[in-house]
Amino acid sequence: MLDAALAVLVLVGAFFTLVGSWGLAKMPDFFMRLHGPTKASTLGVGAVLVASALYFSFNTDGVSLHEVLVTLFLFMTAPVSAHMMAKAALHLKLKQVERTRSAVVESGVANSYDGTSFRRKE
Amino acid sequence: MWNKVLPHPLLSVFLLLVWLLLNNTVAMGHVVLGAVLALLIPLLTLGFWPERVVVRHPWVLLKFLLVVLWDIVVANLHVAALILGSARTLQPAFMVMELDIRSPLGASILANTISLTPGTVSCELSTDRRQLLIHALHVDDVDASLREMKQRYERPLMEVLQVC
Repeated sequence: MLDAALAVLVLVGAFFTLVGSWGLAKMPDFFMRLHGPTKASTLGVGAVLVASALYFSFNTDGVSLHEVLVTLFLFMTAPVSAHMMAKAALHLKLKQVERTRSAVVESGVANSYDGTSFRRKE
Repeated sequence: MWNKVLPHPLLSVFLLLVWLLLNNTVAMGHVVLGAVLALLIPLLTLGFWPERVVVRHPWVLLKFLLVVLWDIVVANLHVAALILGSARTLQPAFMVMELDIRSPLGASILANTISLTPGTVSCELSTDRRQLLIHALHVDDVDASLREMKQRYERPLMEVLQVC
């Protein structure tokens, strides 16, 4: 019973990690590619970690809670690295797919950003 | 007196918990060692923590964390579906969120939360900390999605965090 539950968790984890990587390969521009690995993978890693916590709690003495920390650190660092990459991409004015809507100017936010505000300059 | 010895009580509690989790034990020796570290580290890193964090409504914070956890699960399913679907029908967008939250810690937690939840990544914070630039993988109504994020994440964070 436990083995079946663990197998399901590991498979779910593997599936979401795969989907995250698939998104990385498939999406048309840099900003869209960021979404796959930052999100689809958190649930993937999360499921694998829950499986690990359960396995070691049931098969060794005591409870295994290391995994909570891995999750915590992952949730703190994944968005930060995504943020830094997006920032760098904006700075380098990487290409965006043409249909990207922008609240700032039609030609893309990167071109109008002056360092202090995203508002369109009059 | 207490302010000098224990400048950031929450950070100290957090560090003690992390130490115990890292060692996966609650043995007395590790509790003592963890407590010593929890006292020393905040003192040594005092310069990195300019603001004193005060949590005002722990229940609001707890509810916020549960909402975020739930949203992370939903976000994963949602993004997985978007990735597996046709990339041509996606409508990506840059959105600018006007921030009402003034606490720097609050702003960074908000930006992190936005990156972790449905189809959005925070890209850039304006230098005056008033606006946050967000990229969304697929969005139908920019204003509605901004409103929802403000309502769901910024409001509780503003209630919880108080800058002293």
